[in-house]
Amino acid sequence: MTKTKITSNSRRRSGNVGLMIPMYVFTILFVALPILYLFLLSFLQRAQVWGVDFTFTLDNYKRILEPLYLDTFWQSLKLAFTATFFVALIGYPYGYFMAQMNAVWKRRMLLLIMIPFWTSALIRLYGWIIVFRSNGVLDKILMGLHLTKQPLKLLYTYPAVVVGMIYSLLPFMILAVYSSAEKLDASLVEASRDLGASAWKAFWTVSFRLTLPGLLSGVVLSFIPSMGLFFIADILGGNKIVLVGSVIQEQITKGRNQPFAAALSAVLMVLTSVMIRLYRKITGTSQLEGMM
Amino acid sequence: MKKKKWPFVYVAVITVLTYIPILLTVVYSFNASKLTSVWEGFSLKWYRELFRDRDLGEALINSLILAVLSCAFAVLIGTSGALGMSRRKRKLDDAVAYVSTLPIMIPEIILGMVFLSVFSLMGLPFGMVTLVIAHTTFCVPYIFTMVRARLVGMDRSLEEAALDLGATKWQVFRDVILPQILPAILSGVLLAFAMSFDDVVISIFVTGPKVNTLPVKIYTKLKTGVTPEINALATVMLFVILLCLAGAYVLGRKSQTAVEKAAGGK
Repeated sequence: MTKTKITSNSRRRSGNVGLMIPMYVFTILFVALPILYLFLLSFLQRAQVWGVDFTFTLDNYKRILEPLYLDTFWQSLKLAFTATFFVALIGYPYGYFMAQMNAVWKRRMLLLIMIPFWTSALIRLYGWIIVFRSNGVLDKILMGLHLTKQPLKLLYTYPAVVVGMIYSLLPFMILAVYSSAEKLDASLVEASRDLGASAWKAFWTVSFRLTLPGLLSGVVLSFIPSMGLFFIADILGGNKIVLVGSVIQEQITKGRNQPFAAALSAVLMVLTSVMIRLYRKITGTSQLEGMM
Repeated sequence: MKKKKWPFVYVAVITVLTYIPILLTVVYSFNASKLTSVWEGFSLKWYRELFRDRDLGEALINSLILAVLSCAFAVLIGTSGALGMSRRKRKLDDAVAYVSTLPIMIPEIILGMVFLSVFSLMGLPFGMVTLVIAHTTFCVPYIFTMVRARLVGMDRSLEEAALDLGATKWQVFRDVILPQILPAILSGVLLAFAMSFDDVVISIFVTGPKVNTLPVKIYTKLKTGVTPEINALATVMLFVILLCLAGAYVLGRKSQTAVEKAAGGK
C-alpha cells in the first residue's frame, strides 16, 4: 500500500500494480517454468542410476512410436471417446431438462449433483466395486430376475472401467450443458413454434444450436480428464486395461525413467491443447462453459 | 405450452442411478461380514475399526492442513492478482492469467508429472511443502476466475467516491471492495477446497514417504483388497457433508430472513 494520498485518476488506476506481483511470480515460477521444463526433459536422457542426464536426444519420442506405446495411446483415446460419448448421451438431456425446472427444483438438483461430487472420487468408485463384484449386487439382481444364469464377473473388465469413467465425468457434462441451457431464451423457441416449426425442428434449429457451446464444453471437460484418470482403470479394471496415464505413472515409479514419462506427457498435453483450440475455433469463446 | 412429464422422469431415474453406489456403501458399512456379497446382520465393527485406525486419522489431518494452506495461499494470490488486473487491459496480464489457469485445464497426471520432475530437479524433499505448492497451483484458478468475474460486474464508482471522501486505500479495500467480492472468494474457496481435499493423482506424484493424504491412503487401501472400513469412512464423510450443507442452508435462511426483515422495516 502506498502511504501518499493519491488524487489523480490515472495514478489511482496504476496504483495497484504491486498487487499483481504474487500472481506473476507464482505463475511464472510454479506453472510456466515447470511446464517448459517438462518439454525440455522430454528431449533428455535418463541417467544410469537415478535422475536425468542433460544430453539431447530424440529417443523418447522414437520410443512412443513403438507399437506397444502407440497401441496404449490408441486404447486411451478409444476409452476416452467411448466414455465421452456416453457422458454426452446421458448428460446432455439431463442438463437440458434441468434448466427447464423451476428455481426451487433447480437448486435442489444442483445440490443433488454436487453431493456425490463432494465425497471422495475414490469412495464413489468403491460403490461400483460392490455392484460389479462377482456375486455382487448386479449379479444378484440379474440372477434373481433369471436374466443370467451365472455371475457375470464384470469387475476388472472394460465395461466396468467405462461405467466408472462415465460416472466420474457425468457431473462436468451436466453442469456445462445446464449453464448454457439456462441462458437459453424460451421466447426464441416459442417464436419458432409459432412460425410453424415442429417441436423437433424447433429444438434442432434453435435450442440445440444455442446449447452447443455447453455440450462441446462438456465434451472437452470430460475428454481431457479421462485421458489421465489412471486410478479408475486401476481400481475397476485391475491390471488388464493400460492407459497412457498408467504408463506415465509406471515409468516414474517402477521404470524410473523421467524423460520418457515427460515425452508421453508432452504428447498428451499437445493433444489436449489441440482439443481446446478446436473448441475455441468452433464456439468463438475463450471460457469453457460451466467450468466454474 | 403443456408441461411434459417424461423429462422429469428421466432426470429422476438418472439421479437415482447415480446414488445407488453411494447408498450401497452406506448399507454395507453396517454389514457384519467382511464380504460384500453376503449380508450377515447389522454391526458397527467397521466404525470401531475406522476410529481405531491411526494412519487414517493422520492422513485426514494432513489432508485438512493441506487443503486449508493451499486455499489460503490461493486466496492471497488469486484475489490480489484479480484486483491488480481488474483495471488495466494488457496483453501480458492476459497471458499470465491464461497460464495460471493451465493447472485445471491439462490432465491432472501431466501436472503431477511436471511437479515431480521439477521438485526432484530442485532437490526439494517430497512432503507437505511440495504438496502445498502443487495444490496451490490448481486452487488459484478457481479463486482468480471467480473474483475476476465478480469485479467485472462491480460498480467501481463506489471506490472512487470513497477515495474522494478521503478514505485510505486500505480502508477502501476493507470497507468497499472486500464486502463485494467476498461471496466470489468464498465460492472459489468452496470449489478449491473440495478439489484439494479429493485429489489423488497429483498428490501421489508429489507426496513423500512420510506424508499421506486421505485420498492417497484410500487409494492404496483399495488397491490392496477388500476393506469394509472404507464403507464406514464413506458414510462418515457423506454425513459430514450433509451436516455442512444443512448448516449452510440454515445460515442462508437466517440471513435471508434478516435481509427481508430489514427491507420490510424501511
